[in-house]
Amino acid sequence: MRYAMALDTKKCVGCGDCVVACQTENNVPLGYSRDWITEVVKGQYPDVFLHFESQRCNHCEDTPCVRTCPTGASHVIEGGIVKVTHDECIGCGACIEACPYDARYFHPDGYVDKCTFCDHRVADGLDPACVSVCPTKCMYFGDLDDPDSEISQLLRTREHYTLLPEAGTAPQIYYLK
Amino acid sequence: MEERILATARDIEGLYPHVHIWGWPIATYLFLGGLAAGILLFATLYYLNGKENDMPFTVKIAPVFTFFFVAFGSLLLIYDLHHKPYFWRLFTAFRIESPMSWGAWTLASVSILSLLWPLSFVDSIEDYLHRRGWKRMDAITRWIIRMEHRWAPLRWLIMFFRRYRKLFAYLLLFLSIILGIYTGILLSAFNAHPLWNNSILGPLFLTSGVSTGSAFVMWLSNNKKERRLMSIIDMSLIAVELFFIIHMIMGMQAGPEAYKEAARLFLGGQFTVWFWVIFVGFGLVLPFLLEVFEVRGFHVHPAVPALLVLVGGFIFRIIMVYAGQMSEYPFL
Repeated sequence: MRYAMALDTKKCVGCGDCVVACQTENNVPLGYSRDWITEVVKGQYPDVFLHFESQRCNHCEDTPCVRTCPTGASHVIEGGIVKVTHDECIGCGACIEACPYDARYFHPDGYVDKCTFCDHRVADGLDPACVSVCPTKCMYFGDLDDPDSEISQLLRTREHYTLLPEAGTAPQIYYLK
Repeated sequence: MEERILATARDIEGLYPHVHIWGWPIATYLFLGGLAAGILLFATLYYLNGKENDMPFTVKIAPVFTFFFVAFGSLLLIYDLHHKPYFWRLFTAFRIESPMSWGAWTLASVSILSLLWPLSFVDSIEDYLHRRGWKRMDAITRWIIRMEHRWAPLRWLIMFFRRYRKLFAYLLLFLSIILGIYTGILLSAFNAHPLWNNSILGPLFLTSGVSTGSAFVMWLSNNKKERRLMSIIDMSLIAVELFFIIHMIMGMQAGPEAYKEAARLFLGGQFTVWFWVIFVGFGLVLPFLLEVFEVRGFHVHPAVPALLVLVGGFIFRIIMVYAGQMSEYPFL
């Protein structure tokens, strides 16, 4: 099992529904967010192109955050989901320093918090909150080890990219071009 | 051209415009850890070479300070934690991949040993302090000696340590090298910060730490021979440090864009003056020259180069902690 997410940049309108859904579902403190939208403008007038990227923890295959965690609070669970056990986290910040995606932050209660791929929903066979609310249906969540899953088929047929592949983390959020 | 902006609000402290969650407490700890490592390295090394009586300050007196350096450094580390009540979790796990994990274990072991080491020399330390006229410290050592006579467990502990002191010296020598090098490896393990992410940083921090250790002895020792020897050692360490620094910058310049960008912080960027003038100029080159004059027979007060090296070493850690966090992959 290898969970991953694909986001269709051709369909995303940058509405931010995924952000609000996550904040509501996961009771994220006010002002904080586990996912966010980046607006990307490319080219030069008059040939200017714009697209949006809904960003979050990349649930990397090679996890610098888990590697640098001194207590084992940061860990990888079934399906490659990266999680933090609050009671084991000492709040040293090593994982925040280690993440090139700014995906982690100190929760006001002290421990480190981040996207969990809504593993509590996934365990019930549901999609993560962000995916399930997307009004343009631009997000796809699924198992890469299953060649018949929608996400596997999309990644076979559509051109795609990942964020900062040069950081060597093997990120698992794919953006469809 | 490509421009990226954050389109949804993310008002999280310490993430934007660049990660900034570690500040002066971490930098101070890195400095104190390196200094303690340097002092203990010389103490154990010269003890094992049988220089216990020729170099009393290096072997017996300087290590008295290390316990306080290490203890204060540890307090700073705990102060910097955001989930403080859980700090003991560091010691319910040992993760070889995480420098912070084995560093914490090393730090704890060094703390204990650096308390036992001077304790085992308590009689000759008392003698030394008395002769030197350091009255307040002398009073404390006398109190410890009284306690030793009254309280059997303490006596037993000191006797035990004395008996196996050679063994402990080897152990402490090893641990002090680990402590010194780990302060650098801790930072170099972060691939997300290209300025830190180079394999020379561990050796560079170790060299700098040992150099501050020799400067500390040079500053406070009252033995001419000891001071002169430490001057010569410090000169060679500074030379090695300069070589490592050039090597580090060359490595970044030969790397991918993010690493070149990191080097630019020191090559025209906002840390240029701090790094080259304040740290390299006043913290390495100037004390090096003063030490050369001193060894050549000119009268230079040893406190001057020593304090320059110590302050330079501290500023170096501050620069690396702050500049390192500014060095990131392009904004997403």
